[in-house]
Parts: sequence; structure tokens; C-alpha cells
Amino acid sequence: MRGHGIHGPPEGPRRVPGHSPAKSASQVREEILGRMEGRSGAYLASVTICGAVVAWALYAWGYQIFRGIGHAGISRPVYWGLHIVNFVFWIGISHAGTLISAILRLTGAGWRKPVTRAAEAITVFCLMIGGLFPLIHIGRPAVFFWMLPYPNERLLWPNFRSPLFWDLTAILTYLTGSLIYLYLPLIPDLADIASRSDGFKRKVYRALSLGWTGADRQWQALERAMKLMAVLILAVAVSVHSVVAYDFSMSVAPTWHSTIFAPYFVVGAIFSGIAALVLVMAALRKALRLEDYLRELHFVNLGKLLLLLSLVWFYFTFSEHLTTWYGNFPGEMRVLAVREHGLYGFLFWTMVACNFAVPLVLLGIARLRSIATVAASGAAVLVGMWLERFLIVVPTLATPYLPAAAGGYAPSWIELSITAGTFAAMILLYLLFVKAFPIIAIWEYDDGIPAR
Amino acid sequence: MADDATDGVREAAEHVPQWAMAIDLDRCTGCEACVVACAAENNVPTAGDEQAALGRAKHWIRIDRYYEGEFPDIRVKYRPVLCQQCDDAPCEPVCPVYATYQNSEGLNVQIYNRCIGTRYCANNCPYTVRFFNWFAPEWADPLGLQLNPDVSVRPGGVAEKCTFCVQRIKRAKLDASAEDRPVADGEVQPACVQSCPAEAMVFGDMSDPRSKVSKAIGSGRSGQLLPEVGTKPRVFYLEKAD
Repeated sequence: MRGHGIHGPPEGPRRVPGHSPAKSASQVREEILGRMEGRSGAYLASVTICGAVVAWALYAWGYQIFRGIGHAGISRPVYWGLHIVNFVFWIGISHAGTLISAILRLTGAGWRKPVTRAAEAITVFCLMIGGLFPLIHIGRPAVFFWMLPYPNERLLWPNFRSPLFWDLTAILTYLTGSLIYLYLPLIPDLADIASRSDGFKRKVYRALSLGWTGADRQWQALERAMKLMAVLILAVAVSVHSVVAYDFSMSVAPTWHSTIFAPYFVVGAIFSGIAALVLVMAALRKALRLEDYLRELHFVNLGKLLLLLSLVWFYFTFSEHLTTWYGNFPGEMRVLAVREHGLYGFLFWTMVACNFAVPLVLLGIARLRSIATVAASGAAVLVGMWLERFLIVVPTLATPYLPAAAGGYAPSWIELSITAGTFAAMILLYLLFVKAFPIIAIWEYDDGIPAR
Repeated sequence: MADDATDGVREAAEHVPQWAMAIDLDRCTGCEACVVACAAENNVPTAGDEQAALGRAKHWIRIDRYYEGEFPDIRVKYRPVLCQQCDDAPCEPVCPVYATYQNSEGLNVQIYNRCIGTRYCANNCPYTVRFFNWFAPEWADPLGLQLNPDVSVRPGGVAEKCTFCVQRIKRAKLDASAEDRPVADGEVQPACVQSCPAEAMVFGDMSDPRSKVSKAIGSGRSGQLLPEVGTKPRVFYLEKAD
């Protein structure tokens, strides 16, 4: 039986004739919806542990707010620390989803089906987490809204010239767009779930499905909306990380003031985004038994993309360091010296190994490419990209123009707790999401899974 | 503004001073009297040993030491570093809430009430002369009993820095306008200038060519700190050309 009307589009170019389905559409539907049922002991334990870590991080944040931001490890001259490192890191990962899913959707890559929703969910959660960091970071979070251009009796405006204001605008735009982009392809599935449930649950999913009946007109509207959003979100995604890069490159601080930072950050963001995506996919595959959906093909394809971005990342890093070193400006050379020797030097070479050597070996050699090695590369790249953000933020600030003002940075328990809490929050949000919504778009499997 | 038309005559006649400072490095002995005077005048809180070790001590003016030669034939040069009151201040455009801006007299002013504490200004200052209040201010006894009533006490979570003792500038302008005369040269003395026993510092109106500070700036020994960054500082350092 074909999933028509409410379960799938009436017709579409998606269908590939001549394939005998290895799984029928209704089988797919039963399986995916089945994955939303039941809460195993391991699931509840994971939720509890992650919840506890998040609660601890919230305590640390509260401590920082009420006892003084001085309890964090930042000081003069390193005024920005892990809060900003984490901000850039999470906003970077948020590019996983939307960007990858939009590219795959626009290029009509058939293998995208089981990947897109998992990716889009990453984007939304990462933005929710990353977007909190400016709030965590600033000295007076209670008056955070002064950055917004709202009407007020004293006719005060925010400073439109400040990169931080651009940042706020870009992230709010991206969050809104990503939510819509995640939501649109969910609508048919929400209606599907509503049709199977009863009572309060039915009411909730019915309301969320916005009156979806599966009429031809609705399918056409949905297709158009998804296409439009895919195009728009691509532009927004590129602009968001460019603006995050502008936070640094608009300054006069040595090595921050760089013309390639915007594209460098965008590439790094997509790079870490794919890394997060393959890790999440590997975890979903194991935990939700999605072996029939997330197959080796998906990992190998994303692994190739990861390898490509690893090469591009290396190219950017090489260019950035070569020009700085060759230029030999005193201020910048002092930062380079700090960044490439001592403790920061160890972190620097770890970053190069994680971001370049590991993917090059594990993914560059075709024989080694497998689900396990792709996931391992993803983990390495996440570590490497976090270190990259750290090495951009901290050594520059620790090495200002005037050597007399130089300083150092050691994060306190507050920053470390909040960092741990964000990773736990990401896992927790994902755990809750997979039980509330189908992690794979059921309606996209309107003709089941073709035999391999 | 609408009242410009009516105030036009008076405004045009009024001279807007352009405040500047000259510091003679050949006179500076590095005694740090200016640092102490500044802290007392401007209600700069004390940090305590532990916090100072973390880099949280606040000195709106500090003495940077530069060593020349090999030990034991060593010569120390001192350079007092305070907010350079840049005409093209990198701290100003990056603030998302306009908590810092250049006023008509060339002062780079900080509005504590408006600051939300992003600390971007502090990162973007090439001289690292901006400070952040990591905690609500505290003073070791009995310093808390001698706060200057003319200077606001800054709350925790906001940035602060040298103001060229704007409260003294205001007082001098008030006194002068009460007597219906212009502010005289040397009438305004920031606390650091006033307390310098070597008289290494001069403060005044650089738009008046007869002022002491103008003469010092034009003396041929004058230069600026980090001119290559293009900030156009209002603080000039005088030293013998080597």
C-alpha cells in the first residue's frame, strides 16, 4: 500500500520505478513511529544524568550572576574566555543541519532522506545553546535587552555599528529560519501521528500539524515553502558565521584583524557541523536501531564531505599563519609565538592533528572508510574545532600590543561546569526530541526503501 | 536640535576646549604618586591580594617599565599609561549599546549606567587601559570612608577607565561660567597631573596655541603611543630623541 494523502505526496519525481521495495512505505511508517514508543532503562538513565549535569551548570550560572562574574576565570587582559569559545563553537555546529540539509535538498541528493531531520534538529538545539552564551558572558545580563532596538521613552537606540549588534540580529534571524525549516517538513508527519493517537496527545499533534489534510494544494504549498526556505537559509547560514567572525576581525587586536576570518569561520562551522552530524547519526543508528535507514552509504558520503572540508580548513589555516608569519608584524608575531609554543603550542598541534591528520588518514584512505572511522573522525574534528576557537580567542587577548599588559587565562569551575552543561543539554534535547517527533521524515519514504 | 537657532549666538561665541595631556618621560621618576592620587580621586576600588594576583587590580593610570641595556648596566624608563582619549577610539564603535563615545571636547566618555558589560571595548583597546568591575566595588578599610562625592561608584558588571578627571573639568567650567570668563590655562588639573612631584605631566586645551600643553606637544620631543594603530591619541609623550 502506498502512503497517499496524509502519509505521502500524491505524486512526485521522487519515485524511482523499477525498484522492488525492500521495505514498504507502511513498514517504514510502523518502524519509525515505533521508535518513538517506549522508554528503556538506559534512556531514562541518560535523561537523568544529562538533566543532572544541566542542573549543575544552571547552578554555576546562577552563582556567577548572583555572586559576581568575577568567579569565572576571565580577567584582564583576557576579557573573553570559555563563554565566548563555547559561543563560537556551538554556533559553528549549528551549521550542520540547516546548511547540509538545504544543500542536499536543493541538489536533489536522493540519499539525504534519513539525514535531513537529524541535521535540522542539531541546528535548532545548537542555536538555542549557543545563543545563551552572550547572555551568560555579559556583565549585566538583566539589561541584555538594551541591545534590542525597542521603542523607549528616552529614545535610546543600540549601536548599529557594533558587530555584537549584527551578531544578535543574525542569530535571531537564523534561529527563526531554522525553526521554520525544521518545522515545515515535520507537518505531514505530525498529522500522521495525530491520526494514530487519541485523547490529549491527538489534540496536541493535531494543533501542531496546522490543519494538514494532505490535499494536493497543501503538498504543493509545502514543497514550494521548503524550496524557498532552503535557498533563504543557505544565505542566512553563511551570513551568521561571517558575522560571528566579524566579532573578531572588526577589532584591532593582533591576529584578530584578518580579512579571511569570515570565510575561514564559515568553513570551520560547516566542518564542525558535519562532524557533529556524523556523530549524532552514529549514536541514533545504535540507540534507535536505524541500521536499515542510516546505512554505510550515508556515512561514507558524509565522510567524503568531511574530508573535503578538512582539506579546505587546512588551506585556510595554512594561508592565515603563513601570511601572519611572513608579514612579521611585531604585535602579531608575539601572538604567534605564544600560540605555537608552550601549553598553547601543545593545544595548537593537537588541533592540527585532530582537524587534519586524523581525517586525512581515516577518510583519505578509501579502504579505511567505514561507519566507525567516519564517527571517529567526527569526534576528532569536534575536539579540534573547539580547540581552534579557544586558540583564536585566548592567546590574542593574553598578548596585547603593550607587553606590560600581557596576562594569562585559566577557566574556573564556573566555565568548566557550564561547558559540560551545554554538551549535556545538547544530548538531553536530542533525547527528548526523538521521543516526541519521528527522527526520520516518514512521508519522504512514500515508496518505501528500495532494495540495495 | 530646535533650540540651536535661539542659542546660536551664544554657542558660536563659546569656545569648546579640546583637552589633551603631555607627559614628559624624561622627567618621570616612576614614583606612582599619580596611581595613588587617581585611585583616591576616582573611587577606584581596591581588589585585594587574591584578586590582584588574578589580574583584577584596577589602575586607571599605570607605570609601564622599559629596561634598556644588559645587567648590571641597566637603565629603566617609565611610561605612565592611562586612557589615551583617542580621537579615533577603537573602543567606541564596537559597543552595542553606545555606552562609550567621543564628546565635543575630545573626551572618550564612558556611561556606566548604559554599559551591559560585553567587555568588547576592553578587548579592542590597544593600550589595555579599560577595566571591568568583576564584583560590586569594595574598599579595604578605611578607604571606603573617603569616597569622592563628585564621582559615581560603579556597580559590578560594567566597564570603566580614566576620564581625564571629567568631574574637575566640569567644576572648572562651572566656576568660570559663574565668573563669566573662559577657563584659564592650568585651571583644570587631573589628579595625576596635580600630584606629580616631578611635574612631568601637563594638561590643558590643545586648541589654544598659547596653552602649556600645546607648547609641550609642539616642542619637537613629542610623540604618541602606538601611532601605527591609527587611534589618534590625546595623550602625548615627550622624550629626548635617541
